Amino acid sequence: MLEIKNLHASVEGKEILNGIDLTVNAGEVHAIMGPNGSGKSTLAQVLAGHEGFEVTDGSVTYEGKDMLELSAEDRACEGVFLAFQYPVEIPGVSNTYFLRAAVNAQRKYHGEEEYDAVDFLSLVKEKMKIVEMDEKFLNRAVNQGFSGGEKKRNEIFHMAVLNPKLSILDETDSGLDIDALRIVAGGVNKLRSKDNAIVLVTHYQRLLNYIEPDFVHVLYGGKIVKSGGKELALELEDQGYDNIREASDSAVAV
Amino acid sequence: MSEELKTIETLTKSEYKYGWTTDIEADSAPPGLSEDIVRFISAKKEEPEWLLEWRLKAYRRWLEMEEPDWQNVHYPRIDYQDIIYYSAPKVKDRPKSLDEVDPELLATYEKLGIPLKEQEMLAGVAVDAVFDSVSVATTFKEKLAEQGIIFCSFSEAVHDYPELVKKYLGSVVPHSDNFFAALNSAVFSDGSFVFVPKGVRCPMELSTYFRINSAQTGQFERTLIVAEEGAYVSYLEGCTAPMRDENQLHAAVVELVALDDAQIKYSTVQNWYPGDEHGKGGIYNFVTKRGKCAGVNSKISWTQVETGSAITWKYPSCILQGDNSVGEFYSVAVTNNFQQADTGTKMIHLGKNTKSTIISKGISAGKSQNTYRGLVKIGKNAENARNFSQCDSMLMGDKCGAHTFPYLEIKNETAQIEHEATTSKIGEDQIFYCNQRGISTEDAVNMIVNGFCKEVFRELPMEFAVEAQKLLGISLEGSVG
Repeated sequence: MLEIKNLHASVEGKEILNGIDLTVNAGEVHAIMGPNGSGKSTLAQVLAGHEGFEVTDGSVTYEGKDMLELSAEDRACEGVFLAFQYPVEIPGVSNTYFLRAAVNAQRKYHGEEEYDAVDFLSLVKEKMKIVEMDEKFLNRAVNQGFSGGEKKRNEIFHMAVLNPKLSILDETDSGLDIDALRIVAGGVNKLRSKDNAIVLVTHYQRLLNYIEPDFVHVLYGGKIVKSGGKELALELEDQGYDNIREASDSAVAV
Repeated sequence: MSEELKTIETLTKSEYKYGWTTDIEADSAPPGLSEDIVRFISAKKEEPEWLLEWRLKAYRRWLEMEEPDWQNVHYPRIDYQDIIYYSAPKVKDRPKSLDEVDPELLATYEKLGIPLKEQEMLAGVAVDAVFDSVSVATTFKEKLAEQGIIFCSFSEAVHDYPELVKKYLGSVVPHSDNFFAALNSAVFSDGSFVFVPKGVRCPMELSTYFRINSAQTGQFERTLIVAEEGAYVSYLEGCTAPMRDENQLHAAVVELVALDDAQIKYSTVQNWYPGDEHGKGGIYNFVTKRGKCAGVNSKISWTQVETGSAITWKYPSCILQGDNSVGEFYSVAVTNNFQQADTGTKMIHLGKNTKSTIISKGISAGKSQNTYRGLVKIGKNAENARNFSQCDSMLMGDKCGAHTFPYLEIKNETAQIEHEATTSKIGEDQIFYCNQRGISTEDAVNMIVNGFCKEVFRELPMEFAVEAQKLLGISLEGSVG
């Protein structure tokens, strides 16, 4: 589904991604871990098409297409979803209105008929159950006045409604208490299927107790320095990132 | 340049959608202003002597007045001797029905999306259509008349209800109020007159569509709305103008009078030609709008969506004279390219327990300048007056400006005044968030801006709100970063 080769990206001339290689197949869940500043969020943003980053080398192929050629909205329409680390507030625009605009933009892209307000509402009410969201969130302005946990839950709600092929969850667990984490992770698990893929970007192993990954990758200095199964996450939890740091720093020194 | 900025620029550069002119031979006065011209206008309109005297008084005061320069707008000096002060479409007799109206005129309305005939049959909106300076068609008058409601052109009112006009004309905006109001008082051509008698709730929204047509014709509209005790009326004013090169002066006066327990709701969508993307052409809009809550428990609400004009100088205000009276001002002002707007309100609290609310949303794009200027004045007898003001500005791109000048004059210490102000930039993060969900930048900007203006739009009558949202989209096509 997704093939990243030798991806380099920089912001304002400063290189942040330094040759990423990663292959994600349908049905897989990949966890990307790493210390602060290793480039995790940058990778998520670059894949989603944020223009603040310049791709300086490498390629990203998604469903056989050159993903770097697509605009952010076209990527979204092609089924790429990013759950934001810091979901953005849009005052005065209700969550339902926003989501319907998004779903209809995607349906239009695929030449499908757009939903009217009534049909859409029934779809949305179904999806709300996945993240145990209260209906009052439908009429509130997008993320405005939401608590940190509610914002993250709202992201997964968006994911449920948009039904993406490739979901990138950028630190969806940060700022969540244990109950919210359980609900959010439960939602993600319900959306997991053999046809879609999920990339989890996270600091901590604890999310992976709830969402079991097929692969774990460690990002450091803009590169994947170690990959393995879910046991790698436990190892990191146990030993921290120090070993990784030492190993890759000395490799660079050599 | 980022993709967002580019899209914004494209959108911003979209041309004025309502640009065309209708060729109707105008019956005009020669350019220039003098007592003779004032007399000419008055004679042309077969006015009574008292009104001519009133005009002349205004004219003489105007001669002594200076054009104001305190506002935050800049424009070349206006040559008042180069303006035509009277121009009327050629109509031999006043039409009795739409069938008698010049078909070309009707076609113009069609283009504007106001099929009068359809409106008459379907929409339930009475339209007193003002074309250039003379009203040519009035609908629904009979229906309204059954309830004693008068809705007609100002000139008709002068002929048919001289006592009412004499009683209220200049009672809110005196002939000597300010430079532009004095000019208007001297040369006003026509406008609308509404009178809702005691205890009557006007059953439909009253609507006037203004349209500026003949080249170099200043528009000097005069509108007077009176709601007697316990009456209610909602009035809609909306306009588009044809594209042209010369700057056109527009100096209208609107007076509202609300007696005891009366309510007047006045909504405007203003979309006059703003000039091209280089700042050439466009309407100069110097308007005096003021309402007087003369009676106890009366209420006046102004709602305006200002997207057009090269220059906007406009402060719809409320004089809260009656005890417990309420004044409201809801405004969206959008400026783009080289547009300049200096707009806001004055809430003058004189009576006890008077309340006012000011919600102002300014959106600046391109190289425009957008200023909010508002006065809240609490008189010494206005016990327990309350005001809430909220002034939010949104900037699109980095070449425009937003300014806020709130003035407070409090002479009674029981007053409670709250003022909130914010300035924000349409965030690239907001746009990216929308893009990431599949929404194009253009739609994202529309959505964000409409969300920003929601508190004002919800004050507009339904069909007007839809129009306003569309207008905003057109005005800002391609404008955020």
